[in-house]
Amino acid sequence: MSEPETNGTTSKLSTEGVSKIFGGLVAVDSVDFEIAPRSIVSIIGPNGAGKTTFFNMLTGLYKPSTGRIMFDGRDITGTRPDKITAFGVARTFQNIRLFSTMSAVENVMVGQHARMTGGMFSSILRTPGVRREEREVREQAREMLDYVGLRVAEFDQVSSNLSYGDQRRVEIARALASDPSLLLLDEPTAGMNPNESARLTEFMERLRDEKNLTILLIEHDMKVVMGVSQHITVLDHGEKIAEGLPREIRENERVVEAYLGKSTGD
Amino acid sequence: MSKLAELRSTRWAAWLPAIIAVVAVALFPLFRPPLDATMSDVIQALAYVVMALGLNIVVGFAGLLDLGYVAFYAFGALAAGWFASDHFSKVNGGEGVHIGVSEFVTTAFPQGIHVSFLLIMIGAIIVTAVAGAVIGLPTLRLRGDYIAIVTLAFGEIISRFAANGDEVVIKGYALSNGRESISPIDQLNLPLVGEFDSATNLRLYFWLALALVLVVLFVNFRLRDSRLGRAWIALREDEVAAASMGVPLVRTKLTAYAIGATFGGIAGAFLGVYNNSVNANQFQFGISIFLLAMVILGGLGSIWGVVIGAVLLSFVNTYVIPDVLDKGSFNNLLSDVGLDFTFGEIKFGVFGFILVLMMVLRPQGLLPERRRAIELTEGTGGDDAIVETRA
Repeated sequence: MSEPETNGTTSKLSTEGVSKIFGGLVAVDSVDFEIAPRSIVSIIGPNGAGKTTFFNMLTGLYKPSTGRIMFDGRDITGTRPDKITAFGVARTFQNIRLFSTMSAVENVMVGQHARMTGGMFSSILRTPGVRREEREVREQAREMLDYVGLRVAEFDQVSSNLSYGDQRRVEIARALASDPSLLLLDEPTAGMNPNESARLTEFMERLRDEKNLTILLIEHDMKVVMGVSQHITVLDHGEKIAEGLPREIRENERVVEAYLGKSTGD
Repeated sequence: MSKLAELRSTRWAAWLPAIIAVVAVALFPLFRPPLDATMSDVIQALAYVVMALGLNIVVGFAGLLDLGYVAFYAFGALAAGWFASDHFSKVNGGEGVHIGVSEFVTTAFPQGIHVSFLLIMIGAIIVTAVAGAVIGLPTLRLRGDYIAIVTLAFGEIISRFAANGDEVVIKGYALSNGRESISPIDQLNLPLVGEFDSATNLRLYFWLALALVLVVLFVNFRLRDSRLGRAWIALREDEVAAASMGVPLVRTKLTAYAIGATFGGIAGAFLGVYNNSVNANQFQFGISIFLLAMVILGGLGSIWGVVIGAVLLSFVNTYVIPDVLDKGSFNNLLSDVGLDFTFGEIKFGVFGFILVLMMVLRPQGLLPERRRAIELTEGTGGDDAIVETRA
């Protein structure tokens, strides 16, 4: 595992003037952005603000139209998603994207793909190395599922049969399985009740402290955002309109405007 | 420890029916005359099993619809045609090249390239693996139906290439004999076992075909339960999520194509030798569809299902249609009501009918894979986003 190398930079991840243009639509407009190591930061903004597009660029699913993305002092602009994962960036999706016909354990095992070495021939021969790796990976997957709080009885359930909350858990476990140093969560509390959201908030703090993770979060639930974030960035129409501490964001006029609309009174 | 022993014994128990079936099939030739029509049907079926299992890796595991699988059969068969016959008759100043072949071949066929069957097999594997990767490349950025169209075209290109190869002459040698056969092809000659001619004794061919099936089955099971197999299934289910979890899309897809193609090459080389001739009429588009029908009939992605599907359809093709439907009372019945066609003429109509029946009665296949059954009843995640980063 690559510990963050301090190549003159102190940020875990940074972007410089990153834009994404779809045809005539500027989805993300030259965003400069930075995350300090071992912090929890949020990106907020109204629907269609370009948050998920921004995420997709960070994880390599989209190639930025302009700009540069640095991770651990390494330029990852336009790098393939699987390589970015191997560097230590993992993510979850806004609409859960588990491999629906695989069991919870198998899902998490796929998350470990980049950390495994078993090749085609050694898998066919099932060499002692492959055998050991398979056993370890399965064991680790079960530990990871236990860590995110899935009941043991659900481990071998096909993931589409799991409850919504459990599916979210498995997705986080799958992301953690790739042994990331930066975890991107796309609306993790969507569809959760306040109680579950509060538990997830705690869990994120635990992840940061126990696993030394940096967490970047897209979130709509302001209670979660304000409670957990050390730093907040606000996007609107693809532009960064504000950033700062939760307190500052709450009082920022442009942010209130973006969410509630401009007051029309005198 | 006792628990482990228990686990081991239950695992063996699960394999018991398969082991019994294999032993029964292996003993079958001993109860038949050395030259026997039923045995030849079974050999044909076993060769189809090998190909269907190869196609299953591409279509069933990785979810890449391939309609040009016949191309790999063609490559394998042509490898046998080129390197185990008189085709390159002037090679080595007309004295031929003989590597690892019997005294009989050396004296009876002094011209051309004659290479041991094992070497041909290895050659066919390498050639088809490369061909599989090559057909994979243009499809990497495509999905679903578009992949099917590209692979269909590829299959057609290769079969045209085989059909018109007699006019492509390089240094005095045609690529193939076109619709005419490259024939005769050296008969099977294995180290330790000796030489067998398919004109007089089919037993060795039978056992060899069975051995090929077992090897291919073994590889299928091992790969399915490996890191690569999980990556294929992840890819099939959700490409975007797979890529985000660290599965390299390009490499994973290309290995699926290459390994799947390899099995086609193995079966092709075997059939080339077994049929004793290689010609372009063998590589028709219909074969691709026939194989796909086997995979679908058995259950996409289900290894045992595909074996059953391949055996069943192969028997419909070599036995039921010519010997049951087109003979005797059933055929008389047809001609009595004034229908003067044979089912042999509308073979693909019969297969199509079987497929339609399946779709209505049992869409998941005869022996569905656990996953597929789920997919059909509950559907998988959407395919909205695409991976934009280039390979």
